[in-house]
Amino acid sequence: MISLRNLTVRYGDTVAIDDLSLDLPADKIYGLLGRNGSGKTSLLSVLASYRKASAGSITVDGADPFENAEIMRQTTFIRDCLDVVQTGTVAKVLDFTARMRHGWDADYAARLLDMFELDPRKRVASLSRGQRSSLGVVLGLAARSPLTILDEVYLGMDAAARTAFYRELLADYLDRPRTIILSTHLIEEVANLFERVVIIDRGRLVLHEEADELKARGVAVTGPAEAVDAFVAGRTVLSDRRLGGVREATLYGRLDAQEARRAEASGLALGPVGIQDLFVHLTSGANAGSRPLEALR
Amino acid sequence: MFDDRSPIYLQIANAIKDDVLRGALEEDEQVMSTNQYAAFYQINPATAAKGFAALVDEGVLYKKRGIGMFVSPDARAKLRTGRRERFFAEVVDPMLAEARMIGVPVDEIVKHIGAQK
Repeated sequence: MISLRNLTVRYGDTVAIDDLSLDLPADKIYGLLGRNGSGKTSLLSVLASYRKASAGSITVDGADPFENAEIMRQTTFIRDCLDVVQTGTVAKVLDFTARMRHGWDADYAARLLDMFELDPRKRVASLSRGQRSSLGVVLGLAARSPLTILDEVYLGMDAAARTAFYRELLADYLDRPRTIILSTHLIEEVANLFERVVIIDRGRLVLHEEADELKARGVAVTGPAEAVDAFVAGRTVLSDRRLGGVREATLYGRLDAQEARRAEASGLALGPVGIQDLFVHLTSGANAGSRPLEALR
Repeated sequence: MFDDRSPIYLQIANAIKDDVLRGALEEDEQVMSTNQYAAFYQINPATAAKGFAALVDEGVLYKKRGIGMFVSPDARAKLRTGRRERFFAEVVDPMLAEARMIGVPVDEIVKHIGAQK
């Protein structure tokens, strides 16, 4: 398990991660969601020990991972820059990674190269944006690290390559369960793969929830404005739309059967809200300013 | 197959119940494993497991240790009873409400149903 306690990351005066505490049990697929500049990469950098926290602590199975060779050998962090020698060939990069990672599976890496149509003789610098990302996926998956962190690895990948990535990720996870943390902006297309979702905003934790629980959290209530007004009074309203006399309010918080019956009896329609929509409502500037995030915890 | 909004484990449970009711899954027949299910539908295995656990709780499936999940011998009868109880409230009443809204008289509905026999 990974435990973060009052973790803070500062760059000069800028606070990227602000007093964040979080427990991540092992062997699950996590979705880390946050807007641009919310602190995702800073958080992942600390999780991967690429960076030391300014304050607070992180432990992986009880030990501090920073400059801890044993834990670092079991941690793979794939980010935009790939952290590989740009002038080397794809084959060289794989050889180098193979020496660093004792879980490395060379046959699997070769299969993945084929699948993504990557030529091992090509130099990394000559790869297209999407091919670089695919190389990142190959490095991330074939390392088979107990802690695998993939930070927006899909950049520039076309829809077919992304579909192949998601399929492989799940198939390999089913064979070899491990902790996988995915940060993404393409929430809708991977949401079904997440066991848990972590949302951060402005460096703070908004929520950490089972993906299926989160889905049950949002309810869209639609109907005559007065009836909606009466029903939503005193509840957390994430967003609001009106068209003539009709109001649609997105609520945060599960309704029990009795409440749902009461809503339907007063002529209101109840609809589900997807994770991506919930995420947008929970982190869009307009709402975040007027609504204390603490209310959600 | 999943709408991406309501909890998937409930959708899984409902899909399996429909299979049992239709007879696509026989009683005492083994159902797919959570991993097979997850890979086929591209969902997290914990989600699939949650759907199966709900069905075990409801007595639709039973577990054989180390082998897998099977359809309970009385699953179909049980599901039928449950669905029948809800049939009028969940299927007939909304249909009548729709008919009233668009001005279809009940006589006409009865005639239509009579012609279906």
